[in-house]
Amino acid sequence: MLWASPWLLGFFLFTFGPMVASLVLAFTDFTISNLEPNVVGFANFTRALSGTDHLFWPSLLRTLQYALVMVPLSIGGSLLAAMLLNQGMKLTTLFRTLFFLPSLTPVVASAVIWTWLYNPNWGFLNHLLGQAGVKGPLWLSDPDTAMPSLILVALWGAIGGNTMIIFLAGLQGVPRELHEAAEIDGANGLQRFRAVTLPMISPTIFFNLVIGIIAALKVFATPVVMTSGGPSYATWTFILHLYQTGFQAFDMGYASALAWIFMVIVVALTVVNLRLSKRWVYYEGEERRDDR
Amino acid sequence: MTARSEGWLRPTLLYATMVVAAIVFMVPFLFAIGTSLKPPHLLHVHPPQLFPPVGEMLPGNYQRVFVVPFVPFAAFYQNTVIITLASMVGSVITAAASAYGFARFRWPGRDLMFGVLLATLVLPEEVVIIPKFLMFHLVPEALFGSTWIDTWWPLIVPSYFGGGAFAVFLLRQFFLQIPREFDEAAVIDGASSWDILWRIIVPLSKPALATVAIFSFLGHWNDFIHPLIYLNSTEKFPLSVGLRWFQQQPTDPIEPRENLMMAASVLMITPAIVLFFSMQRYFVRGIVMSGIKG
Repeated sequence: MLWASPWLLGFFLFTFGPMVASLVLAFTDFTISNLEPNVVGFANFTRALSGTDHLFWPSLLRTLQYALVMVPLSIGGSLLAAMLLNQGMKLTTLFRTLFFLPSLTPVVASAVIWTWLYNPNWGFLNHLLGQAGVKGPLWLSDPDTAMPSLILVALWGAIGGNTMIIFLAGLQGVPRELHEAAEIDGANGLQRFRAVTLPMISPTIFFNLVIGIIAALKVFATPVVMTSGGPSYATWTFILHLYQTGFQAFDMGYASALAWIFMVIVVALTVVNLRLSKRWVYYEGEERRDDR
Repeated sequence: MTARSEGWLRPTLLYATMVVAAIVFMVPFLFAIGTSLKPPHLLHVHPPQLFPPVGEMLPGNYQRVFVVPFVPFAAFYQNTVIITLASMVGSVITAAASAYGFARFRWPGRDLMFGVLLATLVLPEEVVIIPKFLMFHLVPEALFGSTWIDTWWPLIVPSYFGGGAFAVFLLRQFFLQIPREFDEAAVIDGASSWDILWRIIVPLSKPALATVAIFSFLGHWNDFIHPLIYLNSTEKFPLSVGLRWFQQQPTDPIEPRENLMMAASVLMITPAIVLFFSMQRYFVRGIVMSGIKG
């Protein structure tokens, strides 16, 4: 107990305590200049959910949209990259490293670099598109393409990253005999993938899915650095809204309500995921279900 | 599609795919490095080149970036190094102690708290930023008479409380693999629990400790939202927040400075990549460990 006390203290001081405090604040009109706040009941929650805060629903829906596009693409891309690296080819380590480097790049640095790449006049991307005969879009300056542009940056940083490494480890754990047996039975590549590989790596897919959804919903640094939430709020994500409300408008009671709404959404999605996982995640008989 | 019958076709296709993918991943880096070497008059030209002609390359941009007016880049760099190293030391030491407590001792509520620890792995930190901000503002003011807002303390101090759930989890799993007989033998020789941690567990856990150190390093080196919230004075900014200063300070239309911005970005990325190359083994193992729970 004594030895574990640093983490235990840290948990109560920096996680549990603040969570409770946040819940209390969510029912007040606390601001930084109003240190003796009034209890306002559910007013903060109705302000959000009823649309009085006209940015609440748009920012939430936009963030969910972002996750809905981002998560399948990044997980699918990571799985493809991992399968490519798992073919027992030479130079695999070199390619793994090259794929992995973008994920090491600090988000702010990649945001700065991609802003320059996206520059409609002087950037490299529209130059490449121009050479292919396509007139490049305005990327970050167009409300229609701004969010997809942020997704592209995130994909660049995510596909070759931790998700791919975890998939690679999962793929290497698939027993060779299973593939050979399926091959003898006449299964082709696609059938083997569906019948052998997918079930065997379903626990890793599940893990990456849970982590990926949470990471996508937290998207913050790229819109702040690249678009400041614009143009016309097209990239105004939920955490950006939370940050603006709490630390620019200093409307901390309301921002705490936003934080709790966010947590409820994240927890709900994780629980739904856990429930659904029982239908499709396959655990080998002898594999431990848990780390205990 | 059998592996043997296709001879050269399959490997060629696989290599071609890998090369194309690698190029796609590398283009932003190449454009950044190329831009960082350009003189200002080659920045806004049609068509943009990936690299400037050799004769016009300006490696000196990497020195000039440290003396841009209104952008104290050298201070940003130094601040990041200080914050990152100070946090990393705290994370490794207190995560090791906490993991030791979870792996080797029985205490009431241990298993419950370990479950809580696992749950916090998926809890988004953003949920508690507001009360944490208020706490770092009000509590130090009450105790020491001055707020911790606009200081580095809120960025460093939490690392000294266990270094994060993932670090504790990873070390605990590693410590559990060390045979208890080692501890018992040491106890017979009169070792205290402190000796056991320091002389037996820590020396045997160097790879896991290195992994925790790496992740802590990257986490703090890249951290954006916390310095953004806690710091107001430009001269205290780390790189993550400071890099934006290149964008926000009015740029001279005659003398664009995307080249310096790219040089700054490359300089921010370099330590992470060097760390990766020097400790690749630990990296991969750590990431895989994080996925084992699944």
